[in-house]
Amino acid sequence: MTDVVRPGGVSRRTFIKGVVAAGAVASSAGYLLRTTLVGQGGGASAGAVERLITLNVNGRDRRVDIMPQETLAMTLRYKLGLTGTKIGCDRAECGACTVLLDEVPRYSCSVLTHMARKKRIMTIEGLASADGTLHPIQQGVVEEQGFQCAFCMPGFVMAAVGFLKTHPNPTRDELAHGVSGNLCRCQDYDKILTALSRGAELMRRG
Amino acid sequence: MANKLVGQNYTTPDLVAKVTGRAKYAEDFRAEGMLFAKLLLSQRPHARVTRIDTAEALAMPGVKAILTADDLPSVVEGANLGEGITASSISERGLTMEPLYVGEPILAVAAVDELTATEAIEKIRIEYEALPFVVDPLESLRPGSPNARTQGNVWVRPAPAPPAPGAKPAPPPQPRVQEWKWTEADFAAAGEGQLPLGKTPDEWSYGDVEAALAKADLVLDETFVGANTSHQPLETRSAMAYWQNGKLYMHCSTQSVMRTIGSVARWVGIDAKDVVIISEYTGGGFGSKGSGYVFTVIPALLSKKTNAPVMMRITREDEQYIGRARPALHSRVRAGFRKDGKLLALDGLAICDNGPYDVVGDSRSAGDHISLACQPEAMRWRMITVLTNTPPRGAQRAPGGMQGNSLMAPLLAKAARKLGIDEVALHRINAPEGKASFGAPNAQGRRPYVTSAFVKQAIDKGAELFKWDERKARSGKREGSKVRGVGMALSCYSAGSMGFDGLIVIKPDGRLAVQSGIGNLGTESVFDVHRVAAEVVGVPWEKVDITWGNTSKNVPNTCGQGGSQTTHAMTRAAHAAGMDAVTKLQKIAAQTLGGKPENYEVANERVFRKGGGSGMSLADAARRAIELGGIYDGHELPSTINAFTTTSATALAGQGLMGVARDAYGRDGSSKSYVAGFAEVEVDVETGAYRVIDYVAVADVGTVIHPRSLGGQICGGIILGLGHAIGQKWVYDKRYGAPVARRFYQTKPPSILDVPRMQWAALDIPDPETPVGARGVGEAPVGAGFGAVVNALAAAVGDEIFRRAPVTADVILAALEAGKPMHDPLTANV
Repeated sequence: MTDVVRPGGVSRRTFIKGVVAAGAVASSAGYLLRTTLVGQGGGASAGAVERLITLNVNGRDRRVDIMPQETLAMTLRYKLGLTGTKIGCDRAECGACTVLLDEVPRYSCSVLTHMARKKRIMTIEGLASADGTLHPIQQGVVEEQGFQCAFCMPGFVMAAVGFLKTHPNPTRDELAHGVSGNLCRCQDYDKILTALSRGAELMRRG
Repeated sequence: MANKLVGQNYTTPDLVAKVTGRAKYAEDFRAEGMLFAKLLLSQRPHARVTRIDTAEALAMPGVKAILTADDLPSVVEGANLGEGITASSISERGLTMEPLYVGEPILAVAAVDELTATEAIEKIRIEYEALPFVVDPLESLRPGSPNARTQGNVWVRPAPAPPAPGAKPAPPPQPRVQEWKWTEADFAAAGEGQLPLGKTPDEWSYGDVEAALAKADLVLDETFVGANTSHQPLETRSAMAYWQNGKLYMHCSTQSVMRTIGSVARWVGIDAKDVVIISEYTGGGFGSKGSGYVFTVIPALLSKKTNAPVMMRITREDEQYIGRARPALHSRVRAGFRKDGKLLALDGLAICDNGPYDVVGDSRSAGDHISLACQPEAMRWRMITVLTNTPPRGAQRAPGGMQGNSLMAPLLAKAARKLGIDEVALHRINAPEGKASFGAPNAQGRRPYVTSAFVKQAIDKGAELFKWDERKARSGKREGSKVRGVGMALSCYSAGSMGFDGLIVIKPDGRLAVQSGIGNLGTESVFDVHRVAAEVVGVPWEKVDITWGNTSKNVPNTCGQGGSQTTHAMTRAAHAAGMDAVTKLQKIAAQTLGGKPENYEVANERVFRKGGGSGMSLADAARRAIELGGIYDGHELPSTINAFTTTSATALAGQGLMGVARDAYGRDGSSKSYVAGFAEVEVDVETGAYRVIDYVAVADVGTVIHPRSLGGQICGGIILGLGHAIGQKWVYDKRYGAPVARRFYQTKPPSILDVPRMQWAALDIPDPETPVGARGVGEAPVGAGFGAVVNALAAAVGDEIFRRAPVTADVILAALEAGKPMHDPLTANV
């Protein structure tokens, strides 16, 4: 499928504003966060020019209009309705937005959507089977009542799934290192590790 | 109760939605025509806005509205706003023309998308007139120093007027801000690194402190400087608002659901009956999301102004500014011990770094909880709450209690070493027991007391699980560059309110509908407490349907999810509603099958004659209740329940057998919970780096309702405290009044690699003053998390290493090299 490129570009200034914190004012970065439901006229920014691309998300090709500076987290949440991917910091500090790109855990807040073309994107919504059977890691979480507020949970689960693809039989310490790019503020990390370890065990059993 | 449910693990009804990403938090909601709001934040620590030019911004396509302080509801000084709140013109309103800290919102823009809103913000020109500012509370007490507000620098509560003869004493007067300075002599009298002891506007005492200090075998005089710490919930406090038929619908990140209605109504300036709160999932709060404030009023008013739904997505940096923080307490304590470790007297002074707005109670709470945890025979506690031009503070998990622990834990451990007695023995001899007293005496000279305390048992159990004696033997011994240390701490905190309502309906299909007004912030109390109702009416958990997260769905009057209230308050309410249903079931059985109501009992989905014989299913009884109507199905309601509950129950009338009641159970004493914590650390004396190796916590929190969520609260609370010990703090540039630590990486909460292997236990001894025996647990563990870790550090490297928190590697290394504490002893926010 060929991407449809719309005319118009984006100034460097607008690009930076969209990706890096706007330092000139004491506010932070702006994004084009128009919902698909909004019927109003276009925004004022040159950066509002979108182009239609194809993303492979959870095994399906999805056609989506994106901005040049748009991050994958924003596209997933605001364009594709996949709100299971959470934004905790928007600057690669907390891991709440972790998704798999070609089976590798990545912070989707720090991946430009354009860079995710031709990659297989897996989000928390794509983990369970179509019939609703939970992924073993999800099952481990359910069995151990892992996590509390669970805002960090999708990121942790995706990080664990990605890590276990390359380290199927980790020790507890190795698993902790594998998910150490994710923060939890409810902070019963011990129970999180127990839940993820239980999930790893279920994965090994097949 | 047979306890088939209470005390057992189970899978909470929200877990699969959470783990599959279907759970919707505030920012996951979308509405037709939704606009986005962005905040313009002050770049000045204190200034007057003299001019705002919005013309260029408003001319941008896609910009829909700008909200300024002029659009906020007006303040009627002294008006009673309900829930104990009195209107004040110096309170925070959400937007301001006199910003009092860097990051305070001045105005907000609504536009079709965030990029347009952000660009509009950049096109707005603001002119400021600079005003004096101060970011260090001690600095603001120096003679001639700046005040954070034009009204002054200290919160003072005037003494109540003496009541007229025969009249009831008037309510305490509202606190006010006034100028309050210490003298040059006060500062000169303090030794190096010691906090000056100037006059304070507030103090309480009992016993003869000076006499008790005079007869003490050991007197310590310790200064401890605390840190301001942001709550940093992983979900920022986003909110989406829209209006429909005159009602405000607010999707917001809040700890409490039913209890958020009143605050949103107050801030927006509308009637509480016109507010609907929707919050099925909240990504943590830790006290900072107790109810609605700045982050709810702005989208609500912008939505009204634009006649469109408005989402305000709060960024991590916005969160640092408007997201609240625990106030630092800077303290100096003199403590006198008998040679067996008994604390004879304590004389303390605490400066609370309040931030610019409404007074926080952390200094008072610190004194209360110190007096409870350590039971000094005589105590004086002096408090001064100083305003600074830094973001507003709020309650953070064990407000005051945690800071009390942080100043007392190192002192107690040091006393044990000086006296040559075991640290655990010292805690044990001072531990509260039974109906232990705490805090300030009342007007009649009587001190409040707790419902129960089994702390000595918790200490003993913890010492055994931790193998204290074994580990202590190797504590302080160096191996290569490494040295280990062990420490313990005891913390306690408030653990429950009372007087709320329960509302359940047994449906004709035999299922139990439970109405829950409790917030789902991760504690799981939103489900856990209702296990009590199911247990009482004998319905298996699989047949319980809980409605939660939406105040338009007929929920009862509910406590706020803060202050560790919920497990205590709402198990009582659930029990009351369950018992009301049981009484009605017994009456229906007697009417239908003969005999007296008391001849019947309820269990296993049936009401039946005691000792066997005839009975009926709950499903049949529910059908019968609908036929009977009246009190049975909710058409007649008790007069004792709250008006909010009455409205909800009326909407549910006729659906089945209704259990609805106010918790009218008695209570003798204040409910408090306790945690004994034990930590082992390993310090590398060549680098100052350390890690916490093991942690054991034993909780005295009454009956265990749900072991796994209890463990989550205990361990999570411990780690929140550990974060304060190992690294979290605000840092301010004093010259510009600007924050340096604004994001996770600059004031980083503990990661999974900072956390030791943890073990927890609970005594599971029922509290005698509540029908289910359960108390709250959210806050009690935090101080023990902090205290045990810093005490273990001191055991490893010595008592003369740190006098402030957090204790970082550079603090340890510099002190070890110099042989004395090297960090700036008294400056805040460094």
